[in-house]
Amino acid sequence: MDLASTVQWARAQFALTAMYHWIFVPLTLGLSFLVAFFESIYLSTGNPEWKRLTKFWMTLFGVNFAIGVATGIIMEFEFGTNWSNYSWMVGDIFGAPLAVEGIFAFFLEATFFAVMFFGWERVGKGFHLFSTWMVAVGSNLSALWILIANGWMQFPTGMAFNPDLARFEMRDIWAVILSPVALDKFMHATSSSFVVGSLFVVGVSALFLLQGRHLTMAKRSMAVAAVFGLISSLFVGINGDESAYSVAQRQPMKLAAMEGLYDGAAPAPLVLGGIINPMKNPGDAGSDFLAVVKAPGLLSLLAERKLGAFVPGINDLAFGNPARQIVGAKERIASGRIAVRELASYKEAQARGDVQAAAQSLAGFKTHESDLGYGYLKNPLDAVPPVATTFYSFHLMVVLGTLFPLLFLLVLYHLYQGDIERCPWLNRASFLFLFLGYIASQAGWVLAEVGRQPWAIQNLLPVGVAATPIAAGNVKLTFFIFLTLFTALLIAEIGIMARQIKIGPED
Amino acid sequence: MGRRLGRITALYRDGFREMRLGRRLWKVILIKLVVIYLLGRCFFPDYLRVNFASDKARADSVLAALTRPAR
Repeated sequence: MDLASTVQWARAQFALTAMYHWIFVPLTLGLSFLVAFFESIYLSTGNPEWKRLTKFWMTLFGVNFAIGVATGIIMEFEFGTNWSNYSWMVGDIFGAPLAVEGIFAFFLEATFFAVMFFGWERVGKGFHLFSTWMVAVGSNLSALWILIANGWMQFPTGMAFNPDLARFEMRDIWAVILSPVALDKFMHATSSSFVVGSLFVVGVSALFLLQGRHLTMAKRSMAVAAVFGLISSLFVGINGDESAYSVAQRQPMKLAAMEGLYDGAAPAPLVLGGIINPMKNPGDAGSDFLAVVKAPGLLSLLAERKLGAFVPGINDLAFGNPARQIVGAKERIASGRIAVRELASYKEAQARGDVQAAAQSLAGFKTHESDLGYGYLKNPLDAVPPVATTFYSFHLMVVLGTLFPLLFLLVLYHLYQGDIERCPWLNRASFLFLFLGYIASQAGWVLAEVGRQPWAIQNLLPVGVAATPIAAGNVKLTFFIFLTLFTALLIAEIGIMARQIKIGPED
Repeated sequence: MGRRLGRITALYRDGFREMRLGRRLWKVILIKLVVIYLLGRCFFPDYLRVNFASDKARADSVLAALTRPAR
């Protein structure tokens, strides 16, 4: 059996399902709040036009939710089949958050969703609005639990490894929930989803303006969405900066790959844009970029909050840099191999009932435990993520993220001037930005997940050991089944959405 | 209590009855759930549960993978 091939197909399958799932999620998170804003305005003004508008966006929210619901379950299947070692090891940590998410989602959907869609004429206006807000808050809190699980994989905390059961056991649930990485992820993922939701509303409204239909509704929707989008995109910038700082502190190799920084520097420049040298490998003498524009010293400020501070590069982190007291992957591999050996010795001593030898091996294992994952790597280059993918996804996300507030500002300016329907260029751009919002959101996840390779659990478990030793053929087959299923769902989503948009708000 | 329960039941009953677009969406949801369920049953066995009889055997299998030196 070719385990390397199985691992690659299992990774590809997980990436495929996660990326398709993430097409539906950000719109649910963002549009739910916008619908709540629209309905709040309806309740405070009593103007039935706002009710009509709310119902229209609520319908699109319903379509997206219905098509997207349960697409995440597939990833849970994949854990048990393709990632059984990983799944076993993290069961104690992920069990609680995922169970809470499941219960939360079920009660939310069974109660408040029903009131939101069925209750317009059957419950009081106040209770209906309350239900709409609960759907928005609940959907976003539901995402919190998943992001806590993801945050733990990037920065494992609040746990201890049990060498008898081969499991990470929860020691401090609050350390897991309040992990700075989890909170950063939650803030960044939800606020960027608000931007996606806002771009969707602005984009669809712009289409109405281009078609000369539903002008009042389109302009009102645009005004609310552009304000929400502007505030959210500024917040995304702030918490994105905080996320990058967190990455620099906890996943320095990911930061170095994000910036295509091979050799550490003090002060380190921030790459504004560039073309990575595809022939370059860590340790090579060749240049890092074929073309590049840099802002001197800014990476030091971003990564260390100090102008002139040293930021380690890929070579420093792979091969070590004694002058800067950086322990490289090379040394950590040696330490990790001791951890693996001591764990094996502990297991053997336990089997033959040699308590003293077991205690000695366990002590040896504990000394090197933090480097356990490195013990499975063949050489320091295995600790380096795909640099080009990480670099381009990061810069694409940042460039698009910088353009979004400018678009929202332009839309607000022309709404204020009262000439937005006479700006076809802006409306065409707004419609295009609807899709760019999704691209930025996907790029963010590509950066987060590709940038932390080779780790399933940062520094502790590489994907090669996390995977199940099964034939690659099975994984390949289900990859293509999912590709077909998800593509069909996406076509259904676009088809039903397009039809509803064509119909427009109903009286 | 009885009246409240009746109103809640009516909310769901009338809501489902009066659905238009919702009918199509429910069809999509149900077809999707059936496909996902069948895929799960046919192609996604829980590897450790299927191949090992006890938690100890499962833990030993994972430990064996963890104590295998670098490949």
